[in-house]
Amino acid sequence: MPREDKIMLFLIRLAAAIAVSVLLFIVGYIIIQGLPTLSLRFLLSSPTDMGRGGGILPGIIGTLTLTLVSILIATPLGVGTAIFLTEYTREGMFANLVRFGTESLAGIPSIIFGLFGFLFFVIRLNMGWSILSGALTLASMILPTIVRTSEEAIRTVPDAYREISFALGASRWQTVTAIVLPTAGPGIVTGIILGLGRAVGETAAVIFTAGSSLRIPRSVLDPVRTLPVHFYILAREGISLNNAYGTAAVLLIAILLINLSAYLVMHRISIRNGGG
Amino acid sequence: MSSKPAKIELNNFNLYYGEHQVLKGISAIIAANSVTAIIGPSGCGKSTLLRSINRMNDLIDGVRITGEILLDGKNIYEPDVDLIWLRARIGMVFQRPVAFPLSIFDNVAAAPRVRGIVNKDHLARIVKKSLQAVGLWSDVQHCLNQSALSLALGDQQKLCIARAIATQPDVLLFDEPCSALDPISTHVIEDLMRALSKRFTIIIVTHNMQQAARASHYTMFLLDGNIVEYGPTRELFTNPKDIRTENYVTGKIG
Repeated sequence: MPREDKIMLFLIRLAAAIAVSVLLFIVGYIIIQGLPTLSLRFLLSSPTDMGRGGGILPGIIGTLTLTLVSILIATPLGVGTAIFLTEYTREGMFANLVRFGTESLAGIPSIIFGLFGFLFFVIRLNMGWSILSGALTLASMILPTIVRTSEEAIRTVPDAYREISFALGASRWQTVTAIVLPTAGPGIVTGIILGLGRAVGETAAVIFTAGSSLRIPRSVLDPVRTLPVHFYILAREGISLNNAYGTAAVLLIAILLINLSAYLVMHRISIRNGGG
Repeated sequence: MSSKPAKIELNNFNLYYGEHQVLKGISAIIAANSVTAIIGPSGCGKSTLLRSINRMNDLIDGVRITGEILLDGKNIYEPDVDLIWLRARIGMVFQRPVAFPLSIFDNVAAAPRVRGIVNKDHLARIVKKSLQAVGLWSDVQHCLNQSALSLALGDQQKLCIARAIATQPDVLLFDEPCSALDPISTHVIEDLMRALSKRFTIIIVTHNMQQAARASHYTMFLLDGNIVEYGPTRELFTNPKDIRTENYVTGKIG
């Protein structure tokens, strides 16, 4: 191998090694710091004394409900937009405008979403700090991810499927529901899971819209404090660094599991496409 | 031209793609319960003609037609014709055996479901009858829930035929159904087409002249959007009336 190639090979290997070790270092550091705090009691009890003692049960419930509601809002909108872009419109001004709009949405910093959600949902629509305000804000944030991945998944459905479906007498909508969506399903699910991962970890957009209540919510109009917000407040106000690390470890493990499941779904698609 | 009754009648049918005229004054009668082959070189309009019969060309922008195509005496281009009805009467099998990435059962049940049949027993009867008609039932009856993509290519094409006849059509259109298959599967599909012609009117587009000679009762030779010659297959191949037909079937042009 020429000398130059050897040097380059070394450098790109080094780059890859650094990239992986940064990830491992962060994950390892947080988990090692958080591990002493982690226990079943920590997961299943309410915080006491502003979070100095007790556990993070309300945070877990708050994060789960907020994420779930935002996914329930964003999925029909996102998948609907993707179906519109791929099946019901020709490439042109309008389709490009919709696509440009969703892409731009992806580039907006989350704090801006938080501010918008606060001014619009919390104040203007008078929803207050609540799961609903937070979920609507998060939904607009994760919409681009769902639109883009769903659109890509739908585009991989061969045109031959549509043609056959039409030849069998199916309408366009029947073709979408019976053939296109089931075929694109795993890709769409991957997009939804990636959106979920983003929603779970989001802090800035949530702190302005869902509040920071330490109580267990009783309805979607109640405020909640999600895990990232809890972690932020514990660390920022120096309440309890141990409990902050414990919270961060739970969050990190949850996000790793979410990403792992997205990877597994994607892996299933590639097996199916390759093994067909 | 035949003792069998007319199933489809084309009357001065013209098709334009933008400014370009693809089919030029096609008039012909397709006999019921027979296999009619449409042959001709690439670009002669044979696939376009086939796709005019179940109005698949409607999906393409800039296509304009004049003239009529009658199915049992009814012009299928009348404004009141329901495309779902039409495509239930006229099934289509495509060039590549494209099974949906669903189970064998769901592939065959796709068209009946589109028509609102949800009763499980009813669907199961249709699926069984359709798979029996193509000779696939005995092989797959125990693995109906298996992915259709696990079948061999020739069997996938049989499945596609079963899927097309699950609507109980009268007419089956085949668009080069064997071009992706090996010679053995090709023979199987050809035999199947002849067997199916007892129940269905079959029209097949092929660039393979041996296939037309082996599998069809009638052959139509198209050149540049015109019918050059149309008649019983044996006559067209052994005693062509037009020199262009002779040149084509003997391989001098094409």
